[in-house]
Amino acid sequence: MAKFTLQVNGQSRTVDVAPETPLLWVLRDHLDLVGTKFGCGIGQCRACTVHIGGQPVQACMTPISGVGRKPVVTIEGLSADGTHPLQKAWCELDVAQCGYCQAGQLMTASALLADNPKPTDEDIDNAMAGNLCRCGTYLRIRAGIHRAAELATASNSKEAAK
Amino acid sequence: MNPYEAPTPPTMTALDRRDFLRLTSVASGGLILGSFLKNTGDVQAAEIAKTAPAGDFTPNAFIRLGLDGSITLIAPRPDSGQGVKTSLPMLLAEDLEAPWQSVTVQMADLNSIYGSQAAGGSTSTPTFYTLLRQLGATARIMLVEAAAQTWGVPANECVAESAVVHHRASKRSLAYRDLVAKAATLPVPDAKKAVLKDSKDFKLLGRRISGVDNQKIVTGQNLFGLDFKLPGMAYAVFEKCPVFGGKVVSANLDRIKTLPGVKDAFILEGTSDLRGLMPGVAIIADSTWAALSARRQLKIVWNEGTHANDSWDNFTQQAQALAAKGTGNVVRKDGDIDAAFAAATKTVEGVYSYPFISHANLEPQNCTARVSADHAEIWAPTQNPGAGADMVNKVLGIPKANITVHILRAGGGFGRRLSADFVVEAAAIAQKAGVPVKLTWTREDDLRHDHFRPGGFHFLKGGVDDSGKITAWRNHTVLFAGGLSADEFPSRFIPNHLGLSSVIDNGIPMGPWRAPGSCVFAFVYQSFIDELAHAAGRDPLAVRLEILGDHGTVPGTGERGTPYNAARMKAVVKLVAEKSGWGKKLPRGQGQGIAFHFSHRGYIAQVAEVTVAKTGELRVDRVVCVADVGSQIVNLSGAENQVEGSIVDGLSAAWRQELNIERGRIVEANLAEYQLLRMPDAPRKIECHFLQSDNPPTGLGEPVLPPLAPAVANAIFAATGKRIRQLPFSKTDISWS
Repeated sequence: MAKFTLQVNGQSRTVDVAPETPLLWVLRDHLDLVGTKFGCGIGQCRACTVHIGGQPVQACMTPISGVGRKPVVTIEGLSADGTHPLQKAWCELDVAQCGYCQAGQLMTASALLADNPKPTDEDIDNAMAGNLCRCGTYLRIRAGIHRAAELATASNSKEAAK
Repeated sequence: MNPYEAPTPPTMTALDRRDFLRLTSVASGGLILGSFLKNTGDVQAAEIAKTAPAGDFTPNAFIRLGLDGSITLIAPRPDSGQGVKTSLPMLLAEDLEAPWQSVTVQMADLNSIYGSQAAGGSTSTPTFYTLLRQLGATARIMLVEAAAQTWGVPANECVAESAVVHHRASKRSLAYRDLVAKAATLPVPDAKKAVLKDSKDFKLLGRRISGVDNQKIVTGQNLFGLDFKLPGMAYAVFEKCPVFGGKVVSANLDRIKTLPGVKDAFILEGTSDLRGLMPGVAIIADSTWAALSARRQLKIVWNEGTHANDSWDNFTQQAQALAAKGTGNVVRKDGDIDAAFAAATKTVEGVYSYPFISHANLEPQNCTARVSADHAEIWAPTQNPGAGADMVNKVLGIPKANITVHILRAGGGFGRRLSADFVVEAAAIAQKAGVPVKLTWTREDDLRHDHFRPGGFHFLKGGVDDSGKITAWRNHTVLFAGGLSADEFPSRFIPNHLGLSSVIDNGIPMGPWRAPGSCVFAFVYQSFIDELAHAAGRDPLAVRLEILGDHGTVPGTGERGTPYNAARMKAVVKLVAEKSGWGKKLPRGQGQGIAFHFSHRGYIAQVAEVTVAKTGELRVDRVVCVADVGSQIVNLSGAENQVEGSIVDGLSAAWRQELNIERGRIVEANLAEYQLLRMPDAPRKIECHFLQSDNPPTGLGEPVLPPLAPAVANAIFAATGKRIRQLPFSKTDISWS
């Protein structure tokens, strides 16, 4: 066991765990951040996607000892109040079925939009190919990312107009 | 349970229905209606009323109106993505005249007052459509009566709209919140006589309503089974024999107990029920990772039992031998099959097969339980809470009255969570450990110990006469349980028909997988009809319409036989042809395919358009679906989502999913080997049309899936001339030159 201090969603959190413990289980069992999901444990489904230093990463494959001081953002920290354009678009288009994969989808999609605010269908397919949705909501996920891009543009132009 | 048949949760008889709507006065001041069970329902209804804050209006077990204006509606059945936590309360809200944005939906616990809470067989909509509307209407009538009495005017001069009762003549209005106290003192009227809204006045039904859990889903709040925690809870993993039915001989428990974080480790003897509590070794630890880490050190000596040499290759050989003998249980014999083949101008023979596959719920099976010698409290992501309670009662001997089941959102169901194995495992482990535990399966556990969709083999021969009509159909199915139904389409529609059924002995746990039976049979029969159409040189659409003919409803065989409404099917087939532009000219390498299937009360037709590269890469460009599921869609967004999801799921299952069996065990370990469809392979476009017919509204969780695989396989044939007779598609070379 060893002590690790993480920067999670803007807060400093200290845990005492085995160094090889995957970030996924630290978040879920030790920090009560259960939005990050366990699906396969081998990085194949990406339900566990979080951002580390702004990059989408599979928390199930990331030992706590490898995280260091880099900021970690989970679905709980994607926005302060659930109003990230992707979160709004997901509710507006009723994207989810069971909803289990959607935290991972949103974290991958938000990293995509941060890099590429107006992605094409092909950009979206390439970026999202790693995230499985067992219920088959892929068409709505694609539509949701386009819609979020629109919402973000609209809100940016409002900001600019001020 | 026959894994090729839809599970049939008890449907209500007229007597049940009367009972459900029976009015029951209770002493606590509230008024209750609604119970399925004559003896226990009243007591439970009273208990539910007692849990409501004093003064609330609880006209039945599904509706609670607070003095503060709150409106709470109960979702009676589990939601695993099929959307009933949203759609069923919508039915209550519509006739209650409750504005949706002011409603709070609460998930029911297991309670017989709600009838069967098994969310399976696409039964939720047909079971609840009218009942919940009647219960909503009853509450509305009482609120209107309360207003009328307050004003001293006739109730029929008053009207309720958006939680307010109006008396237009005197321009007076009262909000529901101001009527709650009085309504609670009124007698409950006969729900059966409650006048329901005309569909033209619907404010909710048929509209697109976003799922009630969406905000929680997109913000990652505690919601799913695996998210649940109890104070003082320990974390459990459970290792079972990789060979189905194997038993534990011994394990290095002493070593495991010394590992970091491990609190306990023990053997569960289990039972011989392949879909119940199987033998295994449990490890209890202070975190999931500690349990998983310790498990890697676990060494178990197994008694692998009598099925340790089973393999898919061996099953295939057995099926071929059975087919060669040509004997099987005769389930259908119409006309004179030999004479029809003798007279046929063309005959075609084909062997179709499909493998075992997994449900692969993205949330692995899990369950949290707090269990003593004679009490159990369970938190489960289940489709079937009653089955969990039954199994805990049966295996652990805990009286049913002492078992509480809380239903948590499930990360996918597809039939897997109708089983209760993971519930009884958690309960048995918690009881033996003496602490509350959360049992978590790994993905490897989930793939290895699924209750699989069984594979199967179909040895087919068909004949067409000189007019190109299909006149003869011989089908020898070799399955792993149950058998071929006498009514499986195109039975009843081909004059000379022989249906033979054989079963391979095996020890594999099997269960219903989304549209059981139909999910594979449609592929076989709708593909073979296509083969016969092409053999006759005819349009596959024309041949299908000819088979359906001018029949209306064709009765089923025997008491349990399902009638088949050929007119409804013909209507969806014609409409899908129109909407898809059936028969358009396409270059080589592109093609259209058509298929239809009736299951779960739904009549569905689909046209798929595909592009196949010369090198054999497949792309599904478009799927057009027409569904007749009755007169009214409940939640249009949810309904469209089920259609889209069923089409993607159907393609995913058909394209690459297969589980191989060697040495009595599943070969594929995890999702690297077991390949689910990813976004780039999803159909580029899905179009969904609901053909509203004058029939009761029915469910959409399952019936859209079956026609997808044959529609795509038939499109691949049209594009390439390559006929796919085996699932998954990936086993067939579809390259062309």
